[in-house]
Amino acid sequence: MSDPVVVGPHPHVAHEVHHEELGFWRKYVFSTDHKVIGIQYAVTGLLFLLFGFSLMMLMRWQLAYPGAPLPLLGRLLGDTRMPGGTMLPEFYNELGAMHGTIMVFLGVVPLAVGGFGNFVLPLQIGAPDMAFPRINMMSYWCLFLGGVTMLGSFFVPGGAAQSGWTSYSPLADIAGTGQTIWLIGMIFLITSSLLGSINFITTTIQLRAKGLTFMRFPIFVWAQFVTSFLLLLAFPPLEAAGVMQLMDRVAGTSFFLPSGLVVSGQPLTNAGGGNPLLWQHLFWFLAHPEVYVLILPGLGIVAEIVANNTRKPLWGYRSIVYSLIFLGFMSFIVWAHHMFMTGMGTAMAAFFQTTTMIISIPSVVILTALILSLWGGSIRFNTPMLFAVGFLPMFGIGGLTGLPLGLNISDIPLHDTYYVIGHFHYVVAPGTIFAMMAGIYYWYPKATGRKMNELLGKIHFAGSLVCMNVIFMPMFFIGLAGVSRRLFDGGAAYAFAQPVAHLNVVSSWGAWILALFQLPFIFNFFWSIKNGEPVGENPWQATTIEWSAPSPPPHGNFVGAPEAYRGPYEYSVPGAAKDFMPQFEA
Amino acid sequence: MGIPYTVTTRRDTGLNNGKIGIWLFLASEVMLFGALFASYILIRTGAQTWPRGDTVLNVPLATVNTIVLISSSVTMVMAWASLMRHRFETFRIYMGITILCGLAFLVIKFFEYSHHFEEGLYPRSDNFHAIYFTLTGLHGLHVIFGMAVNAWLWGPGSKLWKTNPVWFTNRVENSGLFWHFVDLVWIFLFPTLYLL
Repeated sequence: MSDPVVVGPHPHVAHEVHHEELGFWRKYVFSTDHKVIGIQYAVTGLLFLLFGFSLMMLMRWQLAYPGAPLPLLGRLLGDTRMPGGTMLPEFYNELGAMHGTIMVFLGVVPLAVGGFGNFVLPLQIGAPDMAFPRINMMSYWCLFLGGVTMLGSFFVPGGAAQSGWTSYSPLADIAGTGQTIWLIGMIFLITSSLLGSINFITTTIQLRAKGLTFMRFPIFVWAQFVTSFLLLLAFPPLEAAGVMQLMDRVAGTSFFLPSGLVVSGQPLTNAGGGNPLLWQHLFWFLAHPEVYVLILPGLGIVAEIVANNTRKPLWGYRSIVYSLIFLGFMSFIVWAHHMFMTGMGTAMAAFFQTTTMIISIPSVVILTALILSLWGGSIRFNTPMLFAVGFLPMFGIGGLTGLPLGLNISDIPLHDTYYVIGHFHYVVAPGTIFAMMAGIYYWYPKATGRKMNELLGKIHFAGSLVCMNVIFMPMFFIGLAGVSRRLFDGGAAYAFAQPVAHLNVVSSWGAWILALFQLPFIFNFFWSIKNGEPVGENPWQATTIEWSAPSPPPHGNFVGAPEAYRGPYEYSVPGAAKDFMPQFEA
Repeated sequence: MGIPYTVTTRRDTGLNNGKIGIWLFLASEVMLFGALFASYILIRTGAQTWPRGDTVLNVPLATVNTIVLISSSVTMVMAWASLMRHRFETFRIYMGITILCGLAFLVIKFFEYSHHFEEGLYPRSDNFHAIYFTLTGLHGLHVIFGMAVNAWLWGPGSKLWKTNPVWFTNRVENSGLFWHFVDLVWIFLFPTLYLL
């Protein structure tokens, strides 16, 4: 269909910033401004990260001291969860399922994609706002509803979902009411992500500033762009699976229930004939791309900060961009490496382990490019850079320990042990979350006009780095000893687990001390709003377009229409007057 | 504050924001229904017995429904084309017919459903009916959603025609793209469920 529109002059000319005073509710709560929505997302994400972390700290008590009553807090949680302060296995399962769900779907994704994506992406491409501001607001409130639903599920009879964050059938089909609430919550969260990803892609394609070609995008923009495609195309199959599981639970269908299933000695009365593996395929079709949704924005943030603080161009910009695209594409055809133990057959396993080995190549290219970027730079070790540099080896450990899990043969003894937990937590906890922290310290001056305190930031970093390793390194040994990740006593009942049982105590104390090291961050975050060192537009002497906007940027972001004149990382150009040549300066 | 390219097209992409947005949305919808069709294939190939669609479902009614829905796609295009020719009253007639066709589809579907319920056939009866009710139910929700958007464009939303006819035409076009998609899903559903 042809469009009736006559192409007019550059519309930035027609667009002028005019100020209409909005009331409190429209300005801070139901705002359509991408910056407010970004901050809403980020704060929501941080609160859920804290909440999910608290769930895990409770679990760590049970793992370190199985069966011991938890002082004080234990009694407060009530007799249905912790009678006499001792944790019931059902409550442990609730904590486990909800820790995973909350950290992935309500913590990291809202912070990495919703928070940083919304706040930084339009600024980095020189746009006045997102392409669809009202849909943007709606996607935040869908997330909010999903979050409230998930939290509410703790209070229904029988408690929250207990079938793990993967919600595997048939277990999830026959679980209590909490599982239904979980599915409804997921449908809200999926809707939120879909709306968000449509917005991000459209904004990136349409609203980039004049002169900002795709090969002049900062890596962060590329990372968000690829991430959005993953969310857009991988989430709907999970939505379909969620609808089918909901039908199984509510309408009594048997999509995922095989014939002849006996539960607690009672044969199920459903029609049967379903396929539990179908759920796993649909789930992992989302959940493997989801892994890259968790890591790509982090890689983007680290790339920005590494280039800025080494004061030199990123090594291999094009290699990184092509790797990101290739990674995004490949992430859709590796999902069944989570299913080597399901007996799906050697031909399938061979295919998926091959694609899994292939996908490790672009990941290594990106990591190598970032490490090589450090080479020969006069590095500034400020707090964002410390977190970014900390990210590199931690993500490296996480990635390399994943290789044995991607190969069919070596996955068999390691599958579902603590080794797996150690592996992916190295990727997402000292990996992604370090990148998120780096991003918060880096863009905080843009959002508030003030820097966060450096000393507190460095304490936060040093403590977190040590504690993260104390938590997760022992898990590799516990896992190699063969302890299953699902045991509510951490293997205390098994003789073979005894030699590694004391490592659970080490890991738990690491987690609790890690919590203490977040206090300087929480204090810093609020204290610096009023008391941080005031800064101008470009406190880090950075080159990308967001640093041409005032700090904090007004409604509409830029004073004039920004233009891009060169690539994103023109640092230390020979012969230039200063050591950085911003994209936005002619 | 104005967002650029809401109405006009960007020169290098040749598109406005809404057009990209709706195509991306349709891409996600393809994945949604794609997953359900894939599930259908997997469950059917794993089943010991599977009824032929025409032995349990009403093919003549579904054929009528197919014709109704395809006709509504034609009138949807006519509605958009009327706007391109600045004939607003014609647009209202065609858009009205489109909405009525959607309604007719749902009424026929309602009769089909109630017939199944009278026979005691529910989603829980067997996996054929499970996937049948899930797929057609989800499709029905899409029909309702499309009708709601079209009804809004026919009624209160059409005020935009007076102030910004180009924008309004774009909206009708995007709504039409969604409506064609809903139609297309049915074109796949009909043979898959009723004939095979």
